[in-house]
Amino acid sequence: MTRAALLVLTDGRFPAGGHAHSGGAEPAVKAGRIRNADDLAAFCRGRLHTTGLTSAALAAAAAHGLDPLALDEAADARTPSPALRAVARKLGRQLMRAARATWPSAELAALAAARPRGAHQPVVLGLTARSAGLGPEDAAHCVVYETVSGPATAVVRLLSLDPFEATAVLARLAPSSTGSPSRPPPPPASASTRCPQLRRRCSTSPPKRTPPGRSASSPRNHPPGAAPCTSTTATKDRPP
Amino acid sequence: MHLDHSHEGPAAVSADAARPDGTRRALRIGLGGPVGSGKTATVAALCRTLRDQLSIAVVTNDIYTREDAEFLLRNAVLPPERIQAVETGACPHTAIRDDISANLEAVEDLEEAVGPLDLILVESGGDNLTATFSKGLVDAQVFVIDVAGGDDIPRKGGPGVTTADLLVINKTDLAPYVGSDLGRMARDAAEQRGELPVVLTSLKSADGVGPVADWVRAQLAAWTA
Repeated sequence: MTRAALLVLTDGRFPAGGHAHSGGAEPAVKAGRIRNADDLAAFCRGRLHTTGLTSAALAAAAAHGLDPLALDEAADARTPSPALRAVARKLGRQLMRAARATWPSAELAALAAARPRGAHQPVVLGLTARSAGLGPEDAAHCVVYETVSGPATAVVRLLSLDPFEATAVLARLAPSSTGSPSRPPPPPASASTRCPQLRRRCSTSPPKRTPPGRSASSPRNHPPGAAPCTSTTATKDRPP
Repeated sequence: MHLDHSHEGPAAVSADAARPDGTRRALRIGLGGPVGSGKTATVAALCRTLRDQLSIAVVTNDIYTREDAEFLLRNAVLPPERIQAVETGACPHTAIRDDISANLEAVEDLEEAVGPLDLILVESGGDNLTATFSKGLVDAQVFVIDVAGGDDIPRKGGPGVTTADLLVINKTDLAPYVGSDLGRMARDAAEQRGELPVVLTSLKSADGVGPVADWVRAQLAAWTA
């Protein structure tokens, strides 16, 4: 049952507003930094190790049951750009609507009441996963996947890139998205993916600061798998 | 798990006729249609005709810009706080049908900021003949095509032409110059749409938007009845 919930949440058609966002791929294309499938792979790898990592930690912590308002503040602290904060909260608000219609819960209702203009999207995503009966690792995987699936879909549209090539990029990124398969799964209490850095962050309450210059918990511009189109709304997202 | 709608905070279900505080929300009418058919001009004309009797707000959708909102602002059809622009990225139809989040947010924000409102017009980005609005976003929809786009459009059908609550065939003044047969367009439209209404408009003429405004008034009367 929970596996099915994860599929619903990560489905590119989950209606949470992400279709209008490219995760920074649009300005990267415009600036000539993404021209082909190899560039897309490099862009996605960079995103996984920066925005994706921090966002996954936030989502996992929320799914684990940490105070979403404290996590929301932690996300704010990691998002210095006012434009990115605004987009992160906008997408959080849009995800909240879809989440409350699909997996209503008292925790979601409480966060919606406390942040009527929207909490940061990764925090809402983690709480959504929790309401759907999913665990922290599921929430982190969901974030990681959409961190790269959004730009891939956007680049197919922006460059008319061969869709098979773009999907192959996502498949080839799978090992770095999930960590080494030879590693044993983490203990359930650690609220983490298999990435050691992420495990450390998730096992303590609010994640530690991110390196300067990284667009850390910047809005994951394409929430629950929503297949993004491209939009100038997301152009301020910094490519890696 | 239960799907009651009594949770605190913003409404979880989009099509509810009541706002969170229990009052009736504004009637939402969507306007869709191909690029350049006159959607924004129709919205502007509707605002000018109805703004003295009704409290109105407008949501525009553009793919990459805020052109349509800026047109309405330049022409001062409504005060700026009553106009909101939504940028849809490369998918104008997704934002009005498959994932209506951003548009719902815009209509709710308008109602909160400048309400109470009688009417919110939601103009889609220019699209193709398959564009339709979700019932979760609007209560009724208008599809705007024009004479210069080819007089075979009504015959070609598609969900916009066949199912919209009102079909507007605009720019009738251009018919002689582009060789379009208005009679044929009206006959084809009637054949595709059965009982659903069709109006022919020329926004260049005095009260050219009159037939559309009358239809909107009738929708509003039914909504508030």
